[in-house]
Amino acid sequence: MGPEIAVAAVLFAALVLYVLTGGADFGGGVWDLLATGPRAAAQRRVIARAIGPIWEANHVWLILVIVLLFVCFPVAFARIGTALHWPLTLMLVGVVLRGSAFVFRTYDSRKDAVQARWSRVFAGASVFTPVMLGISVGAVASGAVRTTDGVYTSGFFAPWLAPFPLAVGFFTLALFALLAAVYLADDVEDDALREDFRLRALGASAAVFVLAWVTFAVSGTGAPHLRASLVGGPIAWTMQAVVGACGVALVGALITRRTRVARILAPIQVVLLVAGWGHAQFPWILMDELTLHDAAAPDNVLVGTVGVLAVGAVPLGLAYAWMIRVFRQARLSGAPSAEAIEANE
Amino acid sequence: MTDLLAARSQMALSLGFHMIFATLGIGMPLFMVIAEGLWLRTGDATWLKLAKAWSKGTAILFAVGAVSGTALSFELGLLWPGFMEVAGPIIGLPFSLEGFAFFFEAIFLGVYLYGWEHVKPVVHWLAGLGVFVSGLMSGIFVVCANAWMNTPTGFELGPDGSVAIVRPLEAMLNPSAFGQTLHMSVAAILATAFAVLGVHAWLLRRTPGEPFHRRAILLALVVGGLSTVAQPLTGHFVGEAVAHNQPVKLAALEGLWESHPEGAPFSIGGWSDEEAGEQHYALEIPYLLSVLAFSDPFHPVEGLREVEPDLRPPVNVTHLAYQLMLASMGVMALTMGLAVVLAVRRRGLPDHPAFLAWCMFAGPWGILGIEAGWTATEVGRQPWVIQGVMRTSDAVTPMPGLAAPFALFALLYLVLGVVCAALLFRQFDVHSPEHAHGP
Repeated sequence: MGPEIAVAAVLFAALVLYVLTGGADFGGGVWDLLATGPRAAAQRRVIARAIGPIWEANHVWLILVIVLLFVCFPVAFARIGTALHWPLTLMLVGVVLRGSAFVFRTYDSRKDAVQARWSRVFAGASVFTPVMLGISVGAVASGAVRTTDGVYTSGFFAPWLAPFPLAVGFFTLALFALLAAVYLADDVEDDALREDFRLRALGASAAVFVLAWVTFAVSGTGAPHLRASLVGGPIAWTMQAVVGACGVALVGALITRRTRVARILAPIQVVLLVAGWGHAQFPWILMDELTLHDAAAPDNVLVGTVGVLAVGAVPLGLAYAWMIRVFRQARLSGAPSAEAIEANE
Repeated sequence: MTDLLAARSQMALSLGFHMIFATLGIGMPLFMVIAEGLWLRTGDATWLKLAKAWSKGTAILFAVGAVSGTALSFELGLLWPGFMEVAGPIIGLPFSLEGFAFFFEAIFLGVYLYGWEHVKPVVHWLAGLGVFVSGLMSGIFVVCANAWMNTPTGFELGPDGSVAIVRPLEAMLNPSAFGQTLHMSVAAILATAFAVLGVHAWLLRRTPGEPFHRRAILLALVVGGLSTVAQPLTGHFVGEAVAHNQPVKLAALEGLWESHPEGAPFSIGGWSDEEAGEQHYALEIPYLLSVLAFSDPFHPVEGLREVEPDLRPPVNVTHLAYQLMLASMGVMALTMGLAVVLAVRRRGLPDHPAFLAWCMFAGPWGILGIEAGWTATEVGRQPWVIQGVMRTSDAVTPMPGLAAPFALFALLYLVLGVVCAALLFRQFDVHSPEHAHGP
């Protein structure tokens, strides 16, 4: 096992963490957009409070993914960046708009019209960005990106403007929405709001279920190699079975109003899904085009990067835990320091 | 518009936009912690009010800086895949460290913004200091990576042009790193001081005598004054590194076409006829360039005519951007000189309406100077993206139609820039209706 496998594992972990934290933030935006009924304003308030304090910190996982990619797998970074220029550019526009709109909404004056405008931008970008992220991931996994002697023979649209990447895009959106609804259902104190988010979590579960099958159905022609790996061999079948069982348990927990159990199962479900993708794609970093080994930087760079991350993770972890504790105290005491809530009242 | 030009324009725009937020994002926390420190020491509530107002400014700047910085890390690969394929592993160390610094900054800022009532005052102040230090380090690491593009060291390429050997520490601590990081760190603080000075001078003119704005101006003058003294010295380190390692850039900065084996003059103003290879209308101060760049009036300096035309950068852009940077330093030095004279004569804070009007005019010059300085150093390195190793035209993505993403980003940043400026201004306007509702 070369050091590139270790780096790939870290990269993978960072991606999973981004999905679990940043993904839930995006999902929050989805529910902001879909806030309805007599408690719509209260729903939005709860979402803003959940995202407010730490959204900037959650972004770091995406940056870690990118930095690891260009430091340790520079050839892959160059090739993905070139072939998927458009979906990644559109995703970036979404990231910039969403982050800016959220902070503008928080700090802007209370004129309702202005507030509403930033809310719409924030919510719209929250829906758009995960779809673009999913499309990019789908294109990487599909094996449709092809080059010959540095020429991108598959073009700059065909690899991602296809049924399989689009299905992965909407699947990603549904997954993020599910995570957010489950977290929110567990977080809120108010029973009526809890019920709102529990029902939304059930709806998102149904969407995830349907889109998982749609994605699988179009993978036959859209991502043949991935499809073959997903159904080939006992490890793959075991993973499918575990994912399925976890999904059933999650829905069961939601139906029986065990939101704390759901909160534990939903991230596990997401980790399993992403791990299933990683397993099916191994050892390719860009399916059928580039392996981890061929894309890797010199060994000392890989080892050094993992070393820097390992050493730095300790103080960073301590600081992060400290921040979470301070936020928890702030929330428990109910002091008027959470600007996000205030600005929305 | 060619694809190469579109890609360069998008990169320039994205960097130019991010730079404003990144530099103010380094400088504002310094003002915030000094103000809070003064409140802790003196118990004067005005300082606390300033710290809180500035912390909200910091939050907005940090958020927009974070997302535009994330966009940049992608754009490196979207626009310059050829560059990143080679440079990625070599300058990975400063980028990884920058990631850590950014995360620490986010954590400290989170505690600072949400922890006013939940941690001890001194711990809260230390969290603010953490925001400043990690933001500063973040900038230093990124500038180290840029310095490597000027003086690439610490690597060897294999026969196929791929990276064979990397010595990450040597690459990070390349010959340009010290001067550039120092110059940029002081520039960030200087530019912030002038932005603070400009905004609060404007507001003080509207509400004369308001202690909130008077304190802000006092702090801006002290911090800005010290930085004004330091900045020409740090610029000298950069100049020496350029003179020794990038002679063509030095000549372009000066619009120097002819070689001067017995000492070169320093040009003020001037316009180059790049076809004919000569500069007109410049005011030349004999021997000054040799003195400044080599500490020797008779040191030889090579002119642009010594290199092939396709290895010369665009001379007028480089020279005029450099001149604009020097002019910005002139405006700021003049402001500080005036402030000292007025303060001594009045034995107090200089708050004459005419001086405040001048401060409003001087406010944006720090940012302008930074934009101009980066234009000079980046355009002056052309046609290279990695000096002497890779041309910019060989680094650009083969994807056609790059004018479209450029137009998209131009529109996005234009809107964000306008909104953000309006929003920031309102945070510091103590009499605006929404100010009273802040935490």
